[in-house]
Amino acid sequence: MNEFALVWEHRDMILIGFQNTLLIVVLGTVGSLVLGVLLTIPLMSRRRGPALIGTIYVDAMRCVPFLLFAYLLYFALPSLGLDFDNWWTGVVALILYNGAYMAELFRGAWANLPKELIEAGQAYGFTGWVLLRRIILPPVIFAAIPLVGNQLIQIVKDSAFLTIIAVAELTHEATSLQTTYFVPFASFLAVVFLYWLTCLSIESTVGYANRLAEVRR
Amino acid sequence: MTDDQTTMSQLAVQQRPVILEVSGLSKSFGANPVLRDISLKIHKAETVCLLGPSGSGKSTLLRCMNWLEQPDGGTVFLAGQPLGARPGGGLRMRDKELAAMRTRIGMVFQHFALWPHMSVLQNVMEAPVHVLKQTKDEARATAVSLLQRVGLAGKMDSFPARLSGGQKQRVAIARALAMKPEVILFDEPTSSLDPELVGEVLAVMQDLVREGMTMVVVTHEMGFARDVASRVVFMDGGHIVESGPPDQFFEAPQTERARQFLMRYAARNN
Ligand SMILES: Nc1ncnc2c1ncn2[C@@H]1O[C@H](COP(=O)(O)OP(=O)(O)O)[C@@H](O)[C@H]1O
Ligand SMILES: [Mg+2]
Repeated sequence: MNEFALVWEHRDMILIGFQNTLLIVVLGTVGSLVLGVLLTIPLMSRRRGPALIGTIYVDAMRCVPFLLFAYLLYFALPSLGLDFDNWWTGVVALILYNGAYMAELFRGAWANLPKELIEAGQAYGFTGWVLLRRIILPPVIFAAIPLVGNQLIQIVKDSAFLTIIAVAELTHEATSLQTTYFVPFASFLAVVFLYWLTCLSIESTVGYANRLAEVRR
Repeated sequence: MTDDQTTMSQLAVQQRPVILEVSGLSKSFGANPVLRDISLKIHKAETVCLLGPSGSGKSTLLRCMNWLEQPDGGTVFLAGQPLGARPGGGLRMRDKELAAMRTRIGMVFQHFALWPHMSVLQNVMEAPVHVLKQTKDEARATAVSLLQRVGLAGKMDSFPARLSGGQKQRVAIARALAMKPEVILFDEPTSSLDPELVGEVLAVMQDLVREGMTMVVVTHEMGFARDVASRVVFMDGGHIVESGPPDQFFEAPQTERARQFLMRYAARNN
């Protein structure tokens, strides 16, 4: 019981980690959704060049363990002359990595869209960006909501790996707490509880969005 | 109608301007020739019913008329202006030019193809606002009056998923009308409806005929074709086999293939 009291005493550390995790997850979510949508466009393109480039990117990301990718980026960005600190490197890693998964989800939803729905858009004079924005992407996104929900939870879990590049997120703070005060069980249990809370709120938000989307599919 | 009157009204139709013309149209899917040298003129305020067995190329012909399907040969003219390809064929129009011409042609699909993420009202306003660049107020006023006209004023804020098939198709017709098209193409508009819902859609279409809309209708509703078509075009194997006034087509078909088609149809519906 002593252990938990100790963790409670140093709760500000854990809370800083929690704050960082939440912020990183929110940025990672927004960024990977945007990247996912943008990547879906070349993936679904009838032109071979863009489709190939999109596919190579998505496949490359999906076959690298996130841990390694975060490491790679951490060392690669400075040598490319990009001066990101650990925190932003972590966010960029999450976005680049999960954006590929998002793109794949959206691509699947797009491919399953009834063809006539898009043709109706074309028949009524929609083209290019307006066709995409008004006719194609909204139903694609509505259809993908449940799978996007799963991916958001993946982002939360991936964010824990950012401890290896010393981002002060939840896992990182728990680790330093336990190495300083030798309270592994209590500190890890505390952060597991916070991760669990985060995922629970993501799930209920996604569930709510899904109910809104239901009638629009 | 006496023969004389038929001839007179046919004559009158021929003198009206041609809204849509296809000339020498051909189309294959791979090695499968689906349209072979089709030529057809649709005059203003005509209702042309396209009949024919399944697989005869009716949908493909309709879809070539607005270049949803790109023909391999031949030309489509909208009010005398080539559509899709540049005059003389070959070169494809730019997407923007093609889109601009498509706004003048309405299309109603077999499976409705309403945009599921928009309310009924938004479905009808969408293209007028985002393609024709009408103001929202203007588009809304038109949409509301069209929805009243097709009997769906009470459903304006519903989403398509909440409507019956007949209601969906009436929304789709209102969506077409909102563009004030010069011609509307219908591809089996009642084929995916429960039998008891067919009537409400045909009634709306009959209204359009009465008001002088120009329409091309692929249909298996022989009653509709017989009652309201100004001309019946019978297709088989990618050819136009026979074309004429409905009285003639149904009472005295000129070709063996049309006779067989009508007999098979009669047998199925007895
Ligand atoms: N997109 C397509 N790809 C390949 N074959 C097609 C395609 N669309 C239609 N066809 C073929 O073309 C023929 C005519 O089809 P269609 O125009 O739909 O006939 P109908 O509407 O008269 O039933 C059929 O044999 C059909 O299988
Ligand atoms: Mg068909």
